[in-house]
Amino acid sequence: MYLTPLQTLAMILAVALGTQLTRWLPFLLFPEGKAVPKTVTYLGKLLPAAAMGLLVVYCLRNVSLTAAPHGIPEAAAILAVVLLHRWKGNVLLSIAGGTALYMVLVQAVFVGM
Amino acid sequence: MGSTPSHETPQWRTALRAAFPHTIPVLTGYMFLGIAYGVLMNAKGYGPLWSVLMSAIAFGGSMQFVAISLLTVAFDPVQAFLLSCMVNARHLFYGLSMLEKYRGLGKARIPLIYILSDETFSLVSTVEPPENVDRRQFYLSISLLDYFYWVGGTALGGFLGDFISFDTTGLDFALTAPFVVLFLEQWKKKENRPAGAIGIGATVLCLLLFGADNLVIPAMAVIVAILLGGRKKLCT
Repeated sequence: MYLTPLQTLAMILAVALGTQLTRWLPFLLFPEGKAVPKTVTYLGKLLPAAAMGLLVVYCLRNVSLTAAPHGIPEAAAILAVVLLHRWKGNVLLSIAGGTALYMVLVQAVFVGM
Repeated sequence: MGSTPSHETPQWRTALRAAFPHTIPVLTGYMFLGIAYGVLMNAKGYGPLWSVLMSAIAFGGSMQFVAISLLTVAFDPVQAFLLSCMVNARHLFYGLSMLEKYRGLGKARIPLIYILSDETFSLVSTVEPPENVDRRQFYLSISLLDYFYWVGGTALGGFLGDFISFDTTGLDFALTAPFVVLFLEQWKKKENRPAGAIGIGATVLCLLLFGADNLVIPAMAVIVAILLGGRKKLCT
């Protein structure tokens, strides 16, 4: 433990506060009883798909294509997730399989890169 | 929650029974990731008490993994708050998408919104309650089950962390993989594909323009701008 218990508690509350702000803001901006603008309803339909695209790229933001291992472990693991998910459609299997392959790649194959 | 418990109990059971099968993929995913989180926290010297408190109060999934690194440097809660806002900015999208579905649910909206995670959102936005099940109880069942999976997984990982030690290098991919899976799930519906492609393209563009540390807010702005600009073409 690097922080004191009180500091750790403050960090937990800070993380919670930021998370809750993002969860509540849309509901506070468009309270019940008030008609939601059509534009917002339209965005609400398409944003989930766009958000997942954003999240995938966000998770990979620190991967360097120019320095070794050139993002190969990430690309291989994602390919594994896609193939597993196409094959079985089992969420856990897809996540566990991709993660296991990635761990093997970075721990045993692309060592010291 | 309701008026008379004796009257409510059987209904709750029906709602839980209807909700549970939908949550099984989340059960497995959250257990796996929750355990990973508990183990990682333990490895940094934060035992089960702290990892469970973080999971139960912050309930922030990926942000909790990000916060691990913040717990190992100088105390800076303001930075944690701002980073939490940015990492979780995607929740703004979820809230906008759930305005209609969560309408008229009264006080139940408080827990529903408090624990609206990525996975819970992906479920409640796609699944409809069966006819004999109360809508409020159905959504609450899904949300609370998911919540307890995550907190339970964390506790398990926190306690197991004392007994098992292994090289966790690369375990953080367990954070990326769920989003790849969720993306594929969205991709299954043809009408979602343009938006999915826009999400990837806009974020890659912002990564190149603004760098890894400042990409979320610009990417969200670009995505919204493109969706609004292409409204006539995308509205099918």
